[in-house]
Amino acid sequence: MFETKSGVFLIAGLFFFAIAFLGNALVPMMMYRDLPELTAEQLVNPHVMEHFRDLSERYPESFEEHFVLGPTEENCAEALRLGRSVYVGEACWHCHSQFVRPVGNETVRWGPVAETWEYQNELQRPVLFGTRRVGPDLSREAARRSNDWHAAHFYRPVDTSPGSVMPEYPWLFDGAVYRPNKRGLALITYMQFLGTQLPTYPYYERWESDLDGLHPGVGIPKERWEQMQRAYRGAEEASTSASIEEDDNTDSPATEGDEKKEDAS
Amino acid sequence: MTQATAQPLPTQSRPLVCETLVTLYFVMALVFFTVALTAGFVMALQLVYHNPLQGIELFSPGRWRMVHTNAIAYGFLSNAFLGVLHWSIPRLTMKPVLSVALSWFIFVAWQGIVLATAIGILYGQAQAVEWGETPVWIDPVAQLGLLLVCFNFGAPIVAMRGPMYVSLWYFGAAFVWTFLNYAMGNFLPQYFIPGTGAGAIMGLFIHDLVGLWVTPIGWGMMYYFVPILLKRPIWSHGLSLVGFWGLAFFYPLTGVHHFLYTPIPMFLQYGAVISTIAVEFVVTTVVINFFGTIWGVARKNLRENIPIRWFYTGMVLYFVTCFQCAFQTTLTFQKIIHFSDWVVGHAHLVMLGVFGFWVIGVMVYLFPRLLGTEWWSRSLLEWQFWLMVSGKILMFITLTIGGLVEGFAWYNLTPWIETVTMAVPFWAFRAFTGVLIYVGNLLFLINIVMTWLKREPKQPSLQAA
Repeated sequence: MFETKSGVFLIAGLFFFAIAFLGNALVPMMMYRDLPELTAEQLVNPHVMEHFRDLSERYPESFEEHFVLGPTEENCAEALRLGRSVYVGEACWHCHSQFVRPVGNETVRWGPVAETWEYQNELQRPVLFGTRRVGPDLSREAARRSNDWHAAHFYRPVDTSPGSVMPEYPWLFDGAVYRPNKRGLALITYMQFLGTQLPTYPYYERWESDLDGLHPGVGIPKERWEQMQRAYRGAEEASTSASIEEDDNTDSPATEGDEKKEDAS
Repeated sequence: MTQATAQPLPTQSRPLVCETLVTLYFVMALVFFTVALTAGFVMALQLVYHNPLQGIELFSPGRWRMVHTNAIAYGFLSNAFLGVLHWSIPRLTMKPVLSVALSWFIFVAWQGIVLATAIGILYGQAQAVEWGETPVWIDPVAQLGLLLVCFNFGAPIVAMRGPMYVSLWYFGAAFVWTFLNYAMGNFLPQYFIPGTGAGAIMGLFIHDLVGLWVTPIGWGMMYYFVPILLKRPIWSHGLSLVGFWGLAFFYPLTGVHHFLYTPIPMFLQYGAVISTIAVEFVVTTVVINFFGTIWGVARKNLRENIPIRWFYTGMVLYFVTCFQCAFQTTLTFQKIIHFSDWVVGHAHLVMLGVFGFWVIGVMVYLFPRLLGTEWWSRSLLEWQFWLMVSGKILMFITLTIGGLVEGFAWYNLTPWIETVTMAVPFWAFRAFTGVLIYVGNLLFLINIVMTWLKREPKQPSLQAA
C-alpha cells in the first residue's frame, strides 16, 4: 500500500483529502446551514440608508449622475454590491481585516467580537476575513467617520491620516475630491455599512471617554490597565493629528451615534 | 537511481524528454519571477512613502500586491515545477508524457492563464480568495488546464512497471490534490457557501496550495536531484516513507490555522493547530533524512556544488520556517503575531527562501545541460547566491522583528497610526533587502543570456542525468 500507485493516488491523494474536507469544510457548512443567507437588499437598513442619503446631499451632482433614482433602497443595495467589488478589486482586504478577535484588546479598540451570523450574507461571498492588518480592522467601521472624511481619505490618505501608507485612489473620483464617481460613492456606502448589522452599533476610535464603562479585555492586571489609560490619554492630548475630524462634523451621524452608544451601554 | 536499473531506453520515434519545453518553462518562470519581484518592490516602496507610480490606476500597489503573489505561485514556481516534471517524470518512469502536442498546448495555455490572471487583476477583477485571486471567469479554464496536466503526467506514472521512486509518490499525489484543491477553493466559497463556512474552506485552500502543490512537488524534486548530484542514495527509505505519509495525512488538516480566533468553530481551530504541530514533526524527519544523505561529503559539496548549496540552504530555511510555524500556530503566539509582518516574513521565507531557492538550484544545474554548454560565469552564480540568500534572511529577520513590534503595539492599544509609522523603519530595511534579491535575480538573467549566446550548435542531448 505505502509504495503502490493505488496507495498514492487513492489513499494519500483522494482519501486523506476527503477526510480533511469532511472534517474542516463540511462540518462548519452543516453547522451553519440553518442560518439564512441575506441578500444585499435585505442588508439595507436605516443606518446605512442614513449615510446613503447623506451622500446624496453632500455630492448631489455626482449622486444624481450615477444613481438616477436618488437614495432609494434599491440603489443602496446596488451601491453595496459595487462597493464590495471595488473593495475586493483594489485589494483593500489584503491590508484591512474584517473580524474582531476575542484577544489582543481588540474589543476595546473596535467593538464586540465577530460572530458567524454577521457573515451569512451575499457581501461575504467569498468571505472577507482578511489575514493582514496594515490598516485597522473595518468590520465595525460604519459611522466612525463621516462620508466626506472617507472621500478625502480615499483621494489622499495622508491628508486625513498623517503617516498613513495607504495608496491614493484618485480614480474613484471625477478629477476632484468633491466629485466621487460611482465607484467612489459605492465604496463609501460599503464602508458605512460595515457594522450597521450589530445592535450596539456604532463603535468609535475615540473610545477613551468610554474606557471606564468597558471591559478591559481578559487577564490584564488592573494597574496595567490604568497605566494604559493614562498613557493613551496623554498621547491623545499631545497629538494634534489623530481623528480631529470627528469634532468638526458635529452634524454628522456620529453625534447621534454617541447617544445611542450611551443608551446601549 | 533510474539509470541504475539499467533498463534499455524504450525504442521510440521521439526522445524521452522534450528539452525545448523544459527550457521554455524555465525561461517563463524567470520572466514571471522578475515581474513578481518588480510588483513586490512597488508595494515595498509604497510602504515607505516613495511609490513613484502613485495615483495611476493600473499601477495601484494593492493590485500589484495580488499580481506579486499570483505571479510567484502560478508564474514562477508552477512554471518551473512543470519544467522539472517534464525533465524528471519520463526519466523516473522510463516513459514519455502522454502527448507532445498536449504538452505544448498546456505550456501555451498555462502562460495564457497566468497572463490573463495578471491582466484581470490589474483591471480590478480579482476574486476575494487569497492566493487564488484569479478572476472568476478564468477559474474554469484553469481547472480544465489542471485536468490536462494530470492526464499528461499521470499517464506515464500509471503505465510504468516496477517500484515507484519517492519523487513519484509526491508528484502523483500532488496532481490529485491540486486538482481537487483548486476546485474546492475557487468554486465553493464563490458559488455555494457563504460566510464563516467558506472561511474554513479558504483556509484549506491557502494552505493546500502551499502544502499540497508547492511542497510535494518541491520535495519530489529534492528526492530526485539531491541523490543525482551527490552520487549517493537517500539515507533512509523508512524516513522517506514516514515523511510522505505524514505529510499526506496531516497537511490537508491544517488549513484553518490561517483564521484562528475567527467565528470558525473553536474545535476546528484546535484541530488545525494540533495538525500543524504534527506536520512540523514530520518535516523534521524529512530534513533529517536529507542531512543524513549529505553527511560526510557536506563540506566539499557545499563549497563546490552550487546547486547542492541552493538545495541545502533551502532545506535549512525550510526547517526554520517549520520550527517557527510550530510556535506561531499556537493560540498564544497568534494573539500577538497574527495580522502582523511576522506572517509576511514567514510566507516570504517559504515561497522564495525554500521553494524559490530549490527551483533556482535546479535551474543552475539544468541550464548548462539544456543549452549544451557550461555557465558563462561561475562568479556571477556565486554573487547571485550570496545576494539572494543574504537578502532573504535579512528580510525574514526584519519582518519578524517588525511583526513583533506591531503586534505588541496593537495589544498595548497604541493609536493605530502610530503602529504604522513604527513599522516604517522595518519596511525601509525590507525594501533594501528586496534590492539585494532583485540584483541577484538580474545577475542570474545576465548569466543565462550570456550562456545562451556563447553556446555552440547543440550536441546530441545529454541523457546522463
